[in-house]
Amino acid sequence: MSTKNFLFVNRKAPYGTIYALESLEVVLISAAFEQNVSLAFIDDGVYQITKGQNSKGIGMKNFSPTYRALGDYDITKLYVSSESLAERGLTVDDLMELTYEDADDDYAEKPSIILANREEMAAMMAEQEVILSF
Amino acid sequence: MALEVGGKSIPLDEEGYLENLSDWTPEIAEALANAEDVKLTGEHWEILNFLREYYEEYQIAPAVRVLTKAVGKRLGADKGNSKYLYSLFPYGPGKQACKYAGLPKPTGCV
Repeated sequence: MSTKNFLFVNRKAPYGTIYALESLEVVLISAAFEQNVSLAFIDDGVYQITKGQNSKGIGMKNFSPTYRALGDYDITKLYVSSESLAERGLTVDDLMELTYEDADDDYAEKPSIILANREEMAAMMAEQEVILSF
Repeated sequence: MALEVGGKSIPLDEEGYLENLSDWTPEIAEALANAEDVKLTGEHWEILNFLREYYEEYQIAPAVRVLTKAVGKRLGADKGNSKYLYSLFPYGPGKQACKYAGLPKPTGCV
């Protein structure tokens, strides 16, 4: 099977709609087929990877720990819109620490989150072959 | 579907996975395995316990590739390969081991 560059664009808050959870499921499936998968978090999508989520009050499963497994699936590039963070009064310190182990560097643990402004996002998107927006 | 264990009826989905993950006990794992003519050994339990810990931490059942790599890291390279895992779980380490461990079917498992 040929390998393509897949980008999943996440724009919605984690709860209230099914988009974030569905996106995450498709991401994991794509990675199981050994595709080159990256994620982008834009607009309210940045809330998907914030720290300290507690979904008890709304009776939904808190699936945020699953983002920490992405490194195991060789998904190592999580682009986060710096404008979207700033507009919501968030910084990278409000996000979970998401890392991967670099097999080419003696399995050193490295951060997966890449802050990107609009121009950098646009350039990164231009390199993709398949873009799916959730 | 349902599984009878210790006088209790445990609901299963149409593929034999637990409906309620919180129902799980080691006795249920034994019963699920016995129903498929598998006798759980210490080697099986090593993998089942590993899967339960993985689920606890990440809230997903890992894909086989991820399981294999993670088992190799945790339990050694002689166990972190598909030959070893398939020798324990011939119906597929993902599907079969996750079933006994009381986890949902792995995401991306076809």
